[in-house]
Amino acid sequence: MSKVSLTVNGKAVSVDVEDRTLLSSVLRESLGLTGTHIGCDTSQCGCCTVHVDGRVVKSCTMLAVQAEGSDVMTIEGLAPSHDASGATLHPVQQAFSECHALQCGFCTPGMIMAVAGLLKDTPDPDDQQIIHGLEGNMCRCTGYVNIVKAVKQAAVTMRA
Amino acid sequence: MYEFTYIRPGSLPEAAALLASNEGAKPLSGGMTLIPTLKQRLSQPSHLVDITALAALKGIAVVDGRLEIGAATRHIEVATSSVVRQSLPALAALAAGIGDPQVRNRGTMGGSVANNDPAADYPSAVLALGATVHTDRRAIAAEDFFQGMFATALEPGELIVRISFPLAERAAYAKFPHPASGYAMTGVFIAVVGGAVRVAVTGAGPGVFRWTQAETALQARFESAAIADLEVDATDLNADIHAPAAYRANLVRVMALRALETILTSSKGQ
Ligand SMILES: Cc1cc2nc3c(=O)[nH]c(=O)nc-3n(C[C@H](O)[C@H](O)[C@H](O)COP(=O)(O)OP(=O)(O)OC[C@H]3O[C@@H](n4cnc5c(N)ncnc54)[C@H](O)[C@@H]3O)c2cc1C
Ligand code: FES
Ligand code: FES
Repeated sequence: MSKVSLTVNGKAVSVDVEDRTLLSSVLRESLGLTGTHIGCDTSQCGCCTVHVDGRVVKSCTMLAVQAEGSDVMTIEGLAPSHDASGATLHPVQQAFSECHALQCGFCTPGMIMAVAGLLKDTPDPDDQQIIHGLEGNMCRCTGYVNIVKAVKQAAVTMRA
Repeated sequence: MYEFTYIRPGSLPEAAALLASNEGAKPLSGGMTLIPTLKQRLSQPSHLVDITALAALKGIAVVDGRLEIGAATRHIEVATSSVVRQSLPALAALAAGIGDPQVRNRGTMGGSVANNDPAADYPSAVLALGATVHTDRRAIAAEDFFQGMFATALEPGELIVRISFPLAERAAYAKFPHPASGYAMTGVFIAVVGGAVRVAVTGAGPGVFRWTQAETALQARFESAAIADLEVDATDLNADIHAPAAYRANLVRVMALRALETILTSSKGQ
């Protein structure tokens, strides 16, 4: 067992973990942040995407001990403020809602975290950059068309 | 995953000592290959020695006319480094096309080269450029380093420290990516170093290999017509659910033509 200390969604946390524990397990099981989804066991689907020190990573493919001292952000921490009504959405979340960029919603948290990462590096992406930038995230429902639309809308909102 | 002990040593000698004194210990770099392997219980190391914090394995610099890249350098750093983009743009472009953003943010050059997946991208650049793999024990020429599917010249516990690339006059990489993973169904790296043309192929065979027939043809005349009609022998190439060997044989020529096209149409030839 090791003690891992990290910041999750702005809060300092300390968790006892086995060395083999994945970051995704700490987020979901120890911290109850179940917005981070697990959709595969081959590191391909991207449903588990979170930000570690500002960069997108697949939390199912990182050990919790590797995140020691890191700043982690999950889907629960993306919106600027979460009031009791849950009304505040991040521009990417807002755009996904308005553009109907989800159906079952399983891929959505990872997809939104990936989009937020993409827009940091590429604030005004074209279709090719969006498709290339979301290669690590799979959606079995939407056919991606509305996801691309939502990315563009979010990009406009965030540049304004 | 089976249980293991995770250690993050502070220096290269410490890491080497840990690997030497624990037979079941394995280096952990970006973890993009190792962690999925552990999750499938395909490997059972006693210790994981995290080498990503070691200063000796970090950094990108041009030294004495060669590009030196630390083994723990992540794909994203190679893709976006201004040093790599200026000195060896084909390598930056290759790194930008590995996997997906999440994989590029974690995966490292040393991990990819040590792993020598037959469909990995970096081995083609290392072989085509005639790079040198520096370990904590010796310097290994690319030619001797890659030894077929997942096999390399590395001895147990030996660590890649950095890879040293000659600066090519002209170079380009083209790959036909697997649509789900991004791995090369076939990738071809063409380099001209000191006037000599070298063509390395990944993804098509059991390990990275040089397409010497194309090298000879391009040495005589560096234009598409020189290789457009070459036939690639499919006998030893990979066949799986993604593509039969004959399909990959054709891809070798097509990807070589695309890489050549990139060289011939860009200003600095890269
Ligand atoms: C979804 C997905 C898509 C991918 N797509 C591609 C792709 O398109 N192209 C591609 O080339 N790769 C691809 N990869 C693989 C990726 O590039 C990995 O980064 C790479 O294979 C391994 O590097 P790593 O740093 O993650 O190494 P690790 O997984 O940490 O280690 C891999 C192996 O190398 C050993 N090792 C690591 N570092 C050293 C060292 N310095 N010295 C000696 N041994 C060492 C480890 O012990 C282990 O056996 C993909 C991976 C995933 C999960
Ligand atoms: S759960 Fe599929 S990539 Fe992490
Ligand atoms: S909305 Fe169902 S998987 Fe993407």
